[in-house]
Amino acid sequence: MSNFFLPAATLWQRELVRFWRQKSRLLGVIASPLVIWLLIGYGSNSLGRFYSGALVLTVMFSAIFSTISIIEDRREGFLLSMLVSPAPRTSMVLGKILGAATLAWIQGLIFLAFAPLAGLKITLEELLSAAGAIFLVSFTLTGLGFLIAWKMESTAGFHAIMNLLLLPMWMVSGALFPLSEAHGWVKGLMWVNPLTYGISLVNHTLRYPVVTPGTQVSLLVTLVFGLGLLLACGMLAARKSTRSAA
Amino acid sequence: MIVVENLTHQYGSRLALSNVSFEVGKGEIFGLLGPNGGGKSTLFRILSTMMSPTAGRAVVAGFDVARDPAGVRRRAGVVFQTQSLDKSLSVEENLRSQGHLHGLSGHVLRERIDRAVKQLGLGDRRNDLVESLSGGLRRRVEIAKALLHRPQVLLMDEASTGLDPAARRDLSNHIESLRSEDGVTILLTTHILEEAGRCDRLVLLHQGKIVAQGSPDELRSRIGGDVVVLKSANTAALTQGIEQRFGLAPKIMDGQVRVEIKNGHRFIAEVVEAFPGAIESVALNKPTLEDVFVHETGVSIE
Repeated sequence: MSNFFLPAATLWQRELVRFWRQKSRLLGVIASPLVIWLLIGYGSNSLGRFYSGALVLTVMFSAIFSTISIIEDRREGFLLSMLVSPAPRTSMVLGKILGAATLAWIQGLIFLAFAPLAGLKITLEELLSAAGAIFLVSFTLTGLGFLIAWKMESTAGFHAIMNLLLLPMWMVSGALFPLSEAHGWVKGLMWVNPLTYGISLVNHTLRYPVVTPGTQVSLLVTLVFGLGLLLACGMLAARKSTRSAA
Repeated sequence: MIVVENLTHQYGSRLALSNVSFEVGKGEIFGLLGPNGGGKSTLFRILSTMMSPTAGRAVVAGFDVARDPAGVRRRAGVVFQTQSLDKSLSVEENLRSQGHLHGLSGHVLRERIDRAVKQLGLGDRRNDLVESLSGGLRRRVEIAKALLHRPQVLLMDEASTGLDPAARRDLSNHIESLRSEDGVTILLTTHILEEAGRCDRLVLLHQGKIVAQGSPDELRSRIGGDVVVLKSANTAALTQGIEQRFGLAPKIMDGQVRVEIKNGHRFIAEVVEAFPGAIESVALNKPTLEDVFVHETGVSIE
């Protein structure tokens, strides 16, 4: 068993130590969602409405930053020695995703400090459930980033996917307008977008009034999506290949 | 310790390795020498279990690389051409992570790290961040890292690339002591002749095929004589003169006239007398591995 958890733990720890040594990353990840939030929020006099969206954007940026390193790591870096070590690929996937998710989570928590600005008064109980919700969202977004990054040859390709898939996914997740106000086919998109449920879950825990989807549905969809992604990442990384992994 | 049988690998329709077979005995230092694109890297990736061959078989430390990669990974250490260290971690942190990947922990891991650090002369740098180390030191950390789980086989891909001659010599001393002290079998790929010359045995790879194999001396003896190199103000005229007078086939390489011949010392006396004033300098060389490669393939390694 130690052969499964030890590699996962060491990778998790590595993510944290690296992050701690490059604290400037923190600024990059939090600053731009903060600016976006303040501009849209003050501009439309509705800071509260865009708060959870901006928080999730912070988490998303962090997840993207962390998983993008997989691409460089595999060509030249730490991932190479992981690939030829006896540690199970699934334990590496778990360690990497948990590490990156923890970072995204910490940054999401830091963003929580701005909640009073959004007019939200959070009790300790709400804070704890919000922390849980943010972790789930961090985990799913990191899993998604991993899945995309694993097969990528270049970081340029990752940026293209980010602009074409991840950002639009965020836009139609309830971050900019709630599901109840959406129209036509975009509304349909929002219903099938897993991130809609993540944002809704964060809103529910912060007691921000959301009608649909409900708390339990949001929790269930986010959990299933996260575990599904973890499984997919594990299977992808464990595949044998006659093409080089690096 | 390593058995390769009829190994063939194709990337799509491009044949990168074709029917390669060789064996490496325990405690040998074995070299794969050839130009870039000759098939060395493909062979290295297969032996280090990064990919499976499309045909043929390779066994490392008793385990088939395609069928039981986990067995190979437990018994082989791998040193990559590119850096596999985490630059933002210290030497010791890198080693500790690597130990964890191999399921080592606690005092066993600490002892292994102590030993590896000492063995590669990294003692005073173990708490330094890798990004502050020179290329030569980083290479040594890479090797220390590959040795933590006490592999029986060490696979090294172009390990001395980018090192200055002093660091390269230093590296090969470390490799030699690994073999003599711990009995580690070492397989390395290289395109550097000097490094290849220090291997016990070699295969020369060209276009995915083995063109020759044997010890450096055996390979050199294939030339059957000496190589005489003549420097002249007029190489073309000298070449022609030697062709006519001695019935030999000199080659012009790097602006000098090269002649492969037995008893080179006698030839030198004759040629200097035959063309007084035309020759600026004369060198009598034993054949190099480069000469062997040129002899077998008609092209140069570089």
